[in-house]
Amino acid sequence: MPRVNYEAPTSVDDAVKILAGASGLAKVLSGGTDLLVQLRSGRLKPELIVDTKRIPGMIGIREDSDYFLVGAATPGVMLSSHAGLEHAWPGIVEGADLIGSTQVQGRASLAGNLCNASPAADSVPAVIAARTIVVIAGPNGKREVPAEAVATGPGRTSLAKGEFIVEFKIPKPKPHQSDSYLRFIPRTEMDIAVVGCGTNVTLDANGVCIDARVVLGAVAPTTVIVEDAAKALIGHKLDDATLAALDAAARAACKPISDKRGTIEYRTKVAGVLARRTAAIAFERAAAR
Amino acid sequence: MSKHHVTTTINGEPMEYLCEAQQTMLDVLRDELGLTGSKEGCSSGDCGACTIICDGNIVCSCLMLGVEAEGRAITTIEGIAQGDKLHPVQQKFLEHAALQCGFCTPGLIVAAKALLDTTLNPTEEEARYWLAGNLCRCTGYDKILRAVMDAASVMRAEAGQ
Repeated sequence: MPRVNYEAPTSVDDAVKILAGASGLAKVLSGGTDLLVQLRSGRLKPELIVDTKRIPGMIGIREDSDYFLVGAATPGVMLSSHAGLEHAWPGIVEGADLIGSTQVQGRASLAGNLCNASPAADSVPAVIAARTIVVIAGPNGKREVPAEAVATGPGRTSLAKGEFIVEFKIPKPKPHQSDSYLRFIPRTEMDIAVVGCGTNVTLDANGVCIDARVVLGAVAPTTVIVEDAAKALIGHKLDDATLAALDAAARAACKPISDKRGTIEYRTKVAGVLARRTAAIAFERAAAR
Repeated sequence: MSKHHVTTTINGEPMEYLCEAQQTMLDVLRDELGLTGSKEGCSSGDCGACTIICDGNIVCSCLMLGVEAEGRAITTIEGIAQGDKLHPVQQKFLEHAALQCGFCTPGLIVAAKALLDTTLNPTEEEARYWLAGNLCRCTGYDKILRAVMDAASVMRAEAGQ
């Protein structure tokens, strides 16, 4: 691999100083499952790699009364083995767990998946659907933004020089609230989503949807929050008419490309199917709690 | 560019080495430490031939930097046997002839050993998903799965289960 400098600061302040002071391109290293591949291929030529995993809090999951606080570099294996998070947000854990192999799960993180800014990122739709807040540290201190504000296009983020994500604040579910994530790939493992869909719903005591977020991946340059799909669900039970309206709204939100994984027409159709299927799972889970 | 001094534990032994930042853990193992059991297949985290255990989790050593090993505990294929006594996974790979060219074998054995560290009762489906990141182009996986499941039964018997 090409030559590069490496720093492993042990505080957020030091990391910000190092990132902000870099003369050339500086990249944050969490699990490295995207970064090291891009380094080797020559797609990225950073002058400096800043490994954030030595900073206390960057790995691990804490809870307060309102949030799960997930360190930005926490590997997938820690998400899927956290019983509280798995119970609260099975869809978020399903999405993160679909990324790569067992080996990749030992390293890959939510922050890496979000900041790699692939529209097909499997952990991102359900994280956004849960209205997750991302805590970003930078030269001007910390700021909080919704998770959907980070990726701005393939490989591009809204993070400024010197900034990096330190934590995900995932709200705890309300009564009768749950989620699900499905992706379609042509095989059973180790592939990139043709379409992904994360759906998060809140029901009332009668099973009528009172809040919803439907988020599609791999059908546009960024993950898409489908407002019309949420509107199709809110105020309804999951009957045939609601499912048909949901399917149509999901298809209408697609602006995909045709590539080796699927054509525009195919991706659009699958988006409607996955919206229906994730809604069915999320409704069932929400009704059961 | 100065080299980084890394103090770590590899296969239970304290280890120190110097490496450059861009050297992967796989580069360090093979080129600096002479531990050539871990293989370089794809160099992109897809094939699993370079699988090692880092602080209890399997990782692709091609997707980890050598400098990241500071203070960690690493297990490679060279650390799976206890002296002359093969690990049950190794023994069963031999008995079932679960290899042909052998290039994927170190990674598969490390990954399968890590699976059996987490559970002695994997279903075949669980074992298949666990090993989905280890590619074998010779065997078709059938003998590998038989070896892993057989090793699990041996280890259950040894554990009195």
